[in-house]
Amino acid sequence: MITAGIDMGSRTVKVVFLEELKVDGAPQLRWGVKGKHIMFPEDLDPDQAADKAFEDALKGAGIARDQITRVVSTGSGRKQVKFANADVTEVGAGARGAVFMCPTAKTVVDVGAEEGRGVKANAEGKVVDFAGNEKCAAGAGAFAESMSRALQLSLKEFGEASLRSDKTIPMNAQCTVFAESEVVSLIHSATPKEDIAKAVLDAVASRVCAMVRRVGIEDEVVLIGGMVHNPGFVQSLKVALGVDKVHLPDMPEYISALGAALIAADGEAA
Amino acid sequence: MTAGEKKEYWRWQETCWIDESKNWRDAKIITAGIDVGSVSSQAVICVDGELYGYNSMRTGNNSPDSARNAINGVLEKSGMKLEDVTYVIGTGYGRVNVPFAHKAITEIACHARGANYMGGNTVRTILDMGGQDCKAIHCDEKGKVTNFLMNDKCAAGTGRGMEVIADLMQIPIAELGPRSFDVDEEPEAVSSTCVVFAKSEALGLLKAGYSKNKVIAAYCQAMAERVVSLIERIGVENDFFITGGIAKNPGVVKRIEKLLGTKAVETKLDSQIAGALGAALFGYTLMQKQGASAKAA
Amino acid sequence: MIANYGYKDGSGEYYISIDTDKCTSCTAGRACLTACPKGMFEIITDDYDDEVAAVKQAFRRSLAFDCTDCKPAGGYTSLPCSAACTPGAIKHSW
Repeated sequence: MITAGIDMGSRTVKVVFLEELKVDGAPQLRWGVKGKHIMFPEDLDPDQAADKAFEDALKGAGIARDQITRVVSTGSGRKQVKFANADVTEVGAGARGAVFMCPTAKTVVDVGAEEGRGVKANAEGKVVDFAGNEKCAAGAGAFAESMSRALQLSLKEFGEASLRSDKTIPMNAQCTVFAESEVVSLIHSATPKEDIAKAVLDAVASRVCAMVRRVGIEDEVVLIGGMVHNPGFVQSLKVALGVDKVHLPDMPEYISALGAALIAADGEAA
Repeated sequence: MTAGEKKEYWRWQETCWIDESKNWRDAKIITAGIDVGSVSSQAVICVDGELYGYNSMRTGNNSPDSARNAINGVLEKSGMKLEDVTYVIGTGYGRVNVPFAHKAITEIACHARGANYMGGNTVRTILDMGGQDCKAIHCDEKGKVTNFLMNDKCAAGTGRGMEVIADLMQIPIAELGPRSFDVDEEPEAVSSTCVVFAKSEALGLLKAGYSKNKVIAAYCQAMAERVVSLIERIGVENDFFITGGIAKNPGVVKRIEKLLGTKAVETKLDSQIAGALGAALFGYTLMQKQGASAKAA
Repeated sequence: MIANYGYKDGSGEYYISIDTDKCTSCTAGRACLTACPKGMFEIITDDYDDEVAAVKQAFRRSLAFDCTDCKPAGGYTSLPCSAACTPGAIKHSW
């Protein structure tokens, strides 16, 4: 049985195929056949973009469309994937995928470009509780992105720079727009870039941490979303949460699509 | 505002004005109000509780200098000296850093008092859209605050948010309002409240073939919806009065009026001076009280 | 006077309202000062010379995050600050 998960974001479409294999009679899951499609301005119709991404991924995996038994969509544009059999929220898909990858974790921290949230999941990866700060760039990756531009560093350099600092500078501004002026004045007062980078990432981490504390930290912590790639943020998050280890799954950007594919398989089994 | 920026689209008009029909030398009590905001600074001088002159300029690097520069403008134009001013009250974000002020009062109380003078004592609801904050205030017939909220956390609905769109569109900020009406049809508001997300949304609309004017209209509408949702927390009671820099942007004001179903009281005075004017009037009341108690003693 | 401290951003509306008329003649012994686990309240003299409680400046822009400990995601039945304020001057908007 092969199922598919489609993560329809605002800028990218990600597809994951999941195959159930019979190994010594016990079903096992194999995944990894995946495709990523960047949306271009000409793909303004999201349904078209989803279709194109799906076709490309099928071709890449050498799977025929009729071999797929069930498709579940997720992401902000999940309702626009017309050929999906069902859809699931990003929160549900993210938690399912994260717990599948890191079975020892029950606390899922999801920090993408546009939102940050804390999710408490059970052992099956089902969402028990979650708290988020959507639609405000201050508690999300966009805050760090914007400040890295002000510092004229790539997001990667920005994260690495932060690791070289041991200073703690509080950021007063909560809003990304106001924080930019604050960063500019820090630059003018000759504050080292690494200290500013750390101040910014500490600020995002403390906001995300407040959301995680609302659901409570249980067992181990796994981080998903774009900020997984930012080692400085991971460090700041560890300190803010007061934990020794934060799991970072492989292929973090496909976790939600994987979760959707897993939920598709659950639905098929039920 | 990097050094490489060629044109400053956000830059707005600075003004200095005095009432030539009045002679300050005849006055009994001269008071001043200094409003040092995050973006603009104003000085207002009142003679015997009446507006005499004002100066409105961009806030400089530090509050004391901004306060001095603001009042010096009015002093020079009128031939007055700082010693001629009996009492000075500081207000706004930098109110505690006005070196020559005798007292500091919050901008909430000052805006209510100033609006009461500018829009008349029938004003009950004041919306102040400043450079980096937004306030909604209820006051009584004396201009005393009865209910207020202030939002300085988020750039949405502030002058700073408008500057971002002026820069993005590369259109001078004063042209945004008029341009927002020059559209074939009124677009839906930009859906994101957050300025950062609204900015990428605006770029998306341009790519999708919207004209600049239409994007500006969508943004002005979003800003209007945003501040209306702020006022709704305390409610609107007539008369309604708008202060602050965005009061000069008809693109936002007209849309707010439409959403609220009420017209804002018009004034010939500069909407940005309300805070400083309120401070100067507070000073006048204080002086009157002191004079009265001195006579009684 | 109703003083609303807080903000509204894209994620929601977060205000702590203090009714200064109920607050200025406090009959709870200023219990709010110690009730809040983060010590978010202080007593100020406002513009009309009333001694009233206010949310400290440092917290006014981050209430959504600062109040999270008292507001677990699973829900809550009472808040320490508004419970301690027996005159009923303190209210949360969210």
